[in-house]
Amino acid sequence: MKIRANLAIGGGLTVLAVFVGLFGPWLAHTDPIMDANLMNAELPPSGDFWFGTDQQGRDIWSRVMYGAQISLAVGIGSQLLNTVIGTTLGVTAGYWGGWWDDFVNGLTNLMLAIPSLIFALAIMAILGPGLTSLLIALGLTNWSYTCRISRAQALSIKSQGYVQAARVLGYGDLRIMFTQILPNTLGPIIVIATLGMGGSILAEAALSFLGLGVRPPSPSWGSMLSDARETITTAPWLSLFPGLAIFLTVLGLNLLGDGLRDILDPQSRSRR
Amino acid sequence: MLGFVIRRLLQMIPMLVAIALLIFVLFSVIPGSFATGQQDEGLGLDMAVVARMRAELGLDDPLYVRFGKYVQQLATLDLGVSFRSRQPVIEMIGARMWPSLKLTIAAMAFAIAIGLPLGFVAALRPGSLMDLGLMVIAVSGLSLPKFWLGILLMYLFALTLGWFPSFGYGQGGLSHLVLPALALGVSPMALLARTTRAAVLDIMNADFVRTARSKGMNEYRVVVWHVLRNALVLVLTTIGLQFGSLLGQGVVVEKLFAWPGIGSLLVDSVFQRDIPAVQGCILVITVFFLVINTSVDIAYKLIDPRIRYT
Amino acid sequence: MSAGNMPLLSVEDLHISLTTDAGHFAAVEGVSFEIGRGETVGLVGESGCGKSITALSIMGLLRHPLGLSGGRIRLTGQDIQALPAAELRALRGKRIAMIFQEPMTALNPLKQVGTQIAEMFVLHEGASWAEAEKRAIESLTQVKVPAPERRARAYPHELSGGMRQRVMIAIALACAPDLLIADEPTTALDVTVQAEIVDLMKELCAARGTAILMISHDLGLVTDICKRVCVMYAGRIVEQQDSEQIFNNPQHPYTQGLVASLPRLGMRARHGRRRLTEIAGVVPGIAAYPGGCRFNPRCGRRTEICERVVPELTPLDEGGLVRCHHHG
Repeated sequence: MKIRANLAIGGGLTVLAVFVGLFGPWLAHTDPIMDANLMNAELPPSGDFWFGTDQQGRDIWSRVMYGAQISLAVGIGSQLLNTVIGTTLGVTAGYWGGWWDDFVNGLTNLMLAIPSLIFALAIMAILGPGLTSLLIALGLTNWSYTCRISRAQALSIKSQGYVQAARVLGYGDLRIMFTQILPNTLGPIIVIATLGMGGSILAEAALSFLGLGVRPPSPSWGSMLSDARETITTAPWLSLFPGLAIFLTVLGLNLLGDGLRDILDPQSRSRR
Repeated sequence: MLGFVIRRLLQMIPMLVAIALLIFVLFSVIPGSFATGQQDEGLGLDMAVVARMRAELGLDDPLYVRFGKYVQQLATLDLGVSFRSRQPVIEMIGARMWPSLKLTIAAMAFAIAIGLPLGFVAALRPGSLMDLGLMVIAVSGLSLPKFWLGILLMYLFALTLGWFPSFGYGQGGLSHLVLPALALGVSPMALLARTTRAAVLDIMNADFVRTARSKGMNEYRVVVWHVLRNALVLVLTTIGLQFGSLLGQGVVVEKLFAWPGIGSLLVDSVFQRDIPAVQGCILVITVFFLVINTSVDIAYKLIDPRIRYT
Repeated sequence: MSAGNMPLLSVEDLHISLTTDAGHFAAVEGVSFEIGRGETVGLVGESGCGKSITALSIMGLLRHPLGLSGGRIRLTGQDIQALPAAELRALRGKRIAMIFQEPMTALNPLKQVGTQIAEMFVLHEGASWAEAEKRAIESLTQVKVPAPERRARAYPHELSGGMRQRVMIAIALACAPDLLIADEPTTALDVTVQAEIVDLMKELCAARGTAILMISHDLGLVTDICKRVCVMYAGRIVEQQDSEQIFNNPQHPYTQGLVASLPRLGMRARHGRRRLTEIAGVVPGIAAYPGGCRFNPRCGRRTEICERVVPELTPLDEGGLVRCHHHG
């Protein structure tokens, strides 16, 4: 029963977030960057401006709607990258073994030894701010567990009869990896990717908040919170809505991930 | 036993070298040099000055020479000199180490003090309303952006109610510590609650707990004599890992509350393109993480008699 | 069990149910047997027939989703599952004790075995820890563990399987209970060690007058140690006889199948080379118990009545009971 609640609420919130991400521009009332009317600066929530306006007179509701695109792009894009890197390294390492396996293991250990936010920060420092840099930075930080799991799968399957039979029949290595090994790793990987999306969105928000992520005037929820700091006493609602958006989106992803984990990967538990 | 500890400590060395190498490689390829950074901000420097700075800092030497020098310096704990302030980086970090540690320890103390009992209580009545409620709190805690929580706390308790100062370190007193520690500590608290709950549930279903019951013990005794220690051993690893990563996670909270720690130094240095400072901060934070992880590993093996002599 | 003497343990018409999302299922139905003072009784059946949960219910250790749904359990005449929890707890370890199948997981891995034995004395006899630890070492001597002082400070993983089971026996017999329930105590052990453990149990319990309820899937083992044997199938008792009788003259087709399937020395010489006999079919799952006699799908003597009517337990001439329309 608990599982179904997780999936229901989590799935619902996630779908909502994706919906907003896809249809944000239509849900928004104004252009999030251009429609700035200083006459409307710092207005509290009202019938015209559902979430109020910021210091530049921009409609917060619209900015939050557009901001969903950024968060979701970062979340999905970075996890995609993480998954591709993780599975490629893991499956090849397990399958081929030898020095490549040692190298990948060492690399994974190294990645696990570095705190992920710090690593992302370092990469952003090198690449400079912007959405692409963010995607790369966050896409490089969460592949370790996926790698470990894929490698374990590859190792266990490699020794089984049907892989050797496939080899004898002339199946290429790549084909074996794709058709035999990958499908079995799908469950845990989906769980990691879902939970990882939540983490990426939080990381993006943090980096944008610091000014190292997506730069203003892009309506990233994180950078909106950064702007909101200055007017916290005069316009506290500016600090509320973007943060709430982040919270609900990440909550949805976490609940969904938990629910999926109970179905797809019952051996691991809510420990991480 | 001692041999194991020494071996484990020695295993840290190649990792440290790898980290140093990684950091060095990453930052030696930064396109924007310090000088360009200065020019961007309109503080144009004379090109001759720039050239002299580059020669001084050895920025024109081939890479392997620079790395050699770097490792040499590290061995003597010399983290270079800040481009900005011309102060040795290690002094800058040293001054900020204690505030960061203080914040980390306070956040962790909060996480343990609240998270462990929460998880315990939830596990003793699984499926109950209280269990559900506590776990909802836990998952929410994990979903909150730390800096947003910080802003909310700041708004409510500092600006509106006036119970605590809204930012800064002050004289190092407790009242300045509370809000940042809470903002930083809620997320590990949530994680610990979940981990503890899972561990206790696992143990409550274990065979040896059934044996304990069959001896005629009441539930209280069963928990105290058999469940507690076993659960703690399982949770210890998570506590250690969280503590280690908390120093890095504190970056944003430190910046938000203007807390004079390593995290805010790191962020400022990134904006100023002060490469030695950035490298130094990242190195220190990562080494801290590594040392804590290794210590947790060793401590765990010392406590669990099953793994003693591996 | 002589007439006029109250039995030590009397299980009357026990019903245990299993509650799942798909509904309630009767895991154990109408199980009744008695154990006299110092008697050894065996409960035999395949995995899943309900013998272990019958034992747990006697101890009062059934947990959700299992629960007692009918019947009585009497210890020297007193109805124990009607007792308040605290009093039932007082019985455990003191008057009824249990040892389990897997001694490795049944002992706390983080505590020394001596301490785990000593707990019994602290719990039930108000001993101080110092006293209790000393008595624990004595217990270890009684269960024939060599170098008991050293072994008392060992952790479970440092001992062999047989040694761990001796520790479990020491724990169970520490406070001289009236009844020892042994749930598959030798299944997880090497064959050579099995015999030692069984002999140890026989010796210690005979010396103290402790009754034994021995639970096993191994008919040969049970008839060795027990005076009487109850055979369970799919949650019901299908036959109850003295050990010699059950081996030489099994009445229920299931029991006959069990006896016939035991490989015995000299069979090949006497009967020539043959396949081992087995009972056709598989044990039904709890949600799919057949109607009427639950053994009927696998029974060679099945007739129409077997599928409709649940056979009652009928007394046999030589003593004992059998639940079959076509026994003999």
